[in-house]
Amino acid sequence: MTALKRAATSLIAPLVAVVAAMVITSVVVALSGSSPLEFWSIIFAPPAPRVYVNIVNQSSMIFLSALAAAVGFRMNLFNIGVEGQYQVASYAAAVVVGAAIFPGLLNVFVGLLVAMLVGAMWAGIAGLLKVTRGVSEVISTIMLNAIAGILVGYSLLRFGERAGTTRRTTVIEEGSRLAGFTPFLERDGAIWTLALLAVLAGVAFSFVLNRTRFGFDLRATGMSESAAVASGVKVSRMIVVSMMISGAIAGLIWMPALFGAAYSYGTTFQAGLGFTGIAVALLGRNKPLGIMFGAVLFAVLNEQSNRLTLQSDVSASVVQITQGVIVLAVVVAYEVVGRRRAAAEQRAVTQKLQAERRQHEQEASA
Amino acid sequence: MSLITSPAGAPDQVVPRARTATYYHWLLLSAGVVVAVSAVRLITGQDQIDSAGSLRAAVIATCPILMAAIGGLWSERAGVVNIGLEGQMILGTWGAAYFTYYYGPLVGILGAALLGAIGGALHALATVTFGVDHIVSGVAVNIIGLGAAKFLAEAYFAGLDGGGVKQLTGLDRPASFTVPGVADGATALSEKGWFFVSDVASFVAAVTTNLSVLTVFVFLLVLFSAWALWKTSFGLRLRSCGENPQAAESLGVNVIRYKWVAVVVSGAMAGVGGGFLALVASSGFVTGQTGGRGYIGLAAMIFGNWRPGGILAGSLMFGYTDSLPLRSADTIHALLLLVAIGLFALAVWRFTRKQTTQAFVFAGLGVAFLLWFLLTDEVPREFSGMTPYIATLLVLAFAAQRLRMPKADGQVYRKGSAG
Repeated sequence: MTALKRAATSLIAPLVAVVAAMVITSVVVALSGSSPLEFWSIIFAPPAPRVYVNIVNQSSMIFLSALAAAVGFRMNLFNIGVEGQYQVASYAAAVVVGAAIFPGLLNVFVGLLVAMLVGAMWAGIAGLLKVTRGVSEVISTIMLNAIAGILVGYSLLRFGERAGTTRRTTVIEEGSRLAGFTPFLERDGAIWTLALLAVLAGVAFSFVLNRTRFGFDLRATGMSESAAVASGVKVSRMIVVSMMISGAIAGLIWMPALFGAAYSYGTTFQAGLGFTGIAVALLGRNKPLGIMFGAVLFAVLNEQSNRLTLQSDVSASVVQITQGVIVLAVVVAYEVVGRRRAAAEQRAVTQKLQAERRQHEQEASA
Repeated sequence: MSLITSPAGAPDQVVPRARTATYYHWLLLSAGVVVAVSAVRLITGQDQIDSAGSLRAAVIATCPILMAAIGGLWSERAGVVNIGLEGQMILGTWGAAYFTYYYGPLVGILGAALLGAIGGALHALATVTFGVDHIVSGVAVNIIGLGAAKFLAEAYFAGLDGGGVKQLTGLDRPASFTVPGVADGATALSEKGWFFVSDVASFVAAVTTNLSVLTVFVFLLVLFSAWALWKTSFGLRLRSCGENPQAAESLGVNVIRYKWVAVVVSGAMAGVGGGFLALVASSGFVTGQTGGRGYIGLAAMIFGNWRPGGILAGSLMFGYTDSLPLRSADTIHALLLLVAIGLFALAVWRFTRKQTTQAFVFAGLGVAFLLWFLLTDEVPREFSGMTPYIATLLVLAFAAQRLRMPKADGQVYRKGSAG
């Protein structure tokens, strides 16, 4: 198969999925008595400068989250626990950074390190349970998500500072904040400095997976565990390590927002990015480039939908349906395309074999 | 993807056949639990731990979890992992509210089942017909369920009486009744504070006073599920699809159809659980009111070893802890002693079965809980909320070898793969 044809077939599935999701969303909007045309014109209208900035910021966080999920997916590990991992990690980092043990930028590095470490440890629990006790990571990470939520909620209530009716961690001092870059006017907001983390993580992900021994082992384990074992991969170590890497990336998810805008963990914490990340990883086929498109698509849907409340009577929640349908449709489409391709290959092999046999028979009879 | 894989590197262990739990065993176990609870009540003086009111709240908290778990049972017994229970449950809360508003609670609960079934059908379409990975589909169903319920609430409840963009309250409740004669006597007896007798009486009082018909309906559904799955040929065929679909197909079972039925019923059950939440456990629909109960149901199903009796026990335990935040901090503190006693009992049981390492682990944990009980005066309320999750992790970590999930659970089956 030529490279062009291969690229075309791998694009078919996501395209079909997005179109299917648009059709289904239109039906839902129409059924609720609104105009689908109006809905899509709002979603696809050119965004205001402020919305542009938000889209970039949100894309970076969704991208990190999807990357975290993708590390697991690439070796058949279902890390459903990204949500809990980044919650625990964000809280821990906010506490450490808020304490201002280190000055200025050093504090930022320490914060990032703490976030990665805590995320890795929280994910590591699931990895260890899997290799030592045979507990499926799907169930353990779901349980750990719930425990994380309760634990952080309790710690915040117990140790947090009072801020109005709610609690938050100590606010990061001026010197350790990262203002970011303002492409438009001051009031339109800034693109957070740490949004760059997404780029760095994406490049590192791509390099490690495609250019190192570890990455090869990881992909091999994902494709065929028995083959990996036969070639000398220590699978149980791989499981724990890749789970921890997944958790470490998850720990970074909210860091751009923490240092760029929120400055403390409290009501400003943006929950739910973990599940969005899983969806985007599936949409992007667990590859950085695909994930990037997926992240931007989801960010656009999220941010543009905010205008629905002002400009139409359609509920903004409808984009959540769109996103869910995209995920479901994309995996179905990949499944169908994959089956078609397998069937076509099988047919080709059969035809070739038959042709050869016929040739042999002719030679024998001649 | 299998739920419990053998630890990598270790040789596959032979799973001991789950012993058939006889009624005798269950009776003995229940009596033991009552004795322990009663002892703790007398030692700590905390009557609230099993007063009729507490137990009533616990039963109400149990029902949604129980329905989600039974939903999981239907689906997983047919070999389809359903982590979309949460989404199906959320759809159920909306369905119950919508149909109750217009047609009353009786149609309302059917509406909850219908909306849940739609969520189940979506999962079935993806996993059974298209062969998508079960976990992936479940995640998507959860996203869609959450979004759809929010969207539908904004679209349909905003202009209603007692409605808003996020809620619909003031709905008619399903009828409730008190069993005459029994209820009064039991309540009186439960207030005496006697050892054992009063504890049993408070349970009787809890299930005979002001009982919602929907609660009865939920328990009937559990009985029905147990009967349908284990005592009918339909159930045998359905379970065979979860154990060995190739063999089932070679015997003429329409595997695809059975899986479809199982997953749709699964969604409907979870939907009823959501409906219960909206109609009985609280005073109406609010977005986000399931609060992860679908996942707790999943945990209860695993805890219960994919069997109705175990599921009931697990759901009751999780339901009880779910209703705890309503109790006083002292009551939760008293429960530490109960947990310690339970752990010691486990340790002794393990010891008699010659599993000394595990016995020591349990005994150690028991000592830790006992010290926690003796050295502190109260337990943060939040901690009780963690119980279902930590209990499930511990059960999976220590009893994974005793658990036996359906053999082909989570595997994608394609028609004709029997060859």
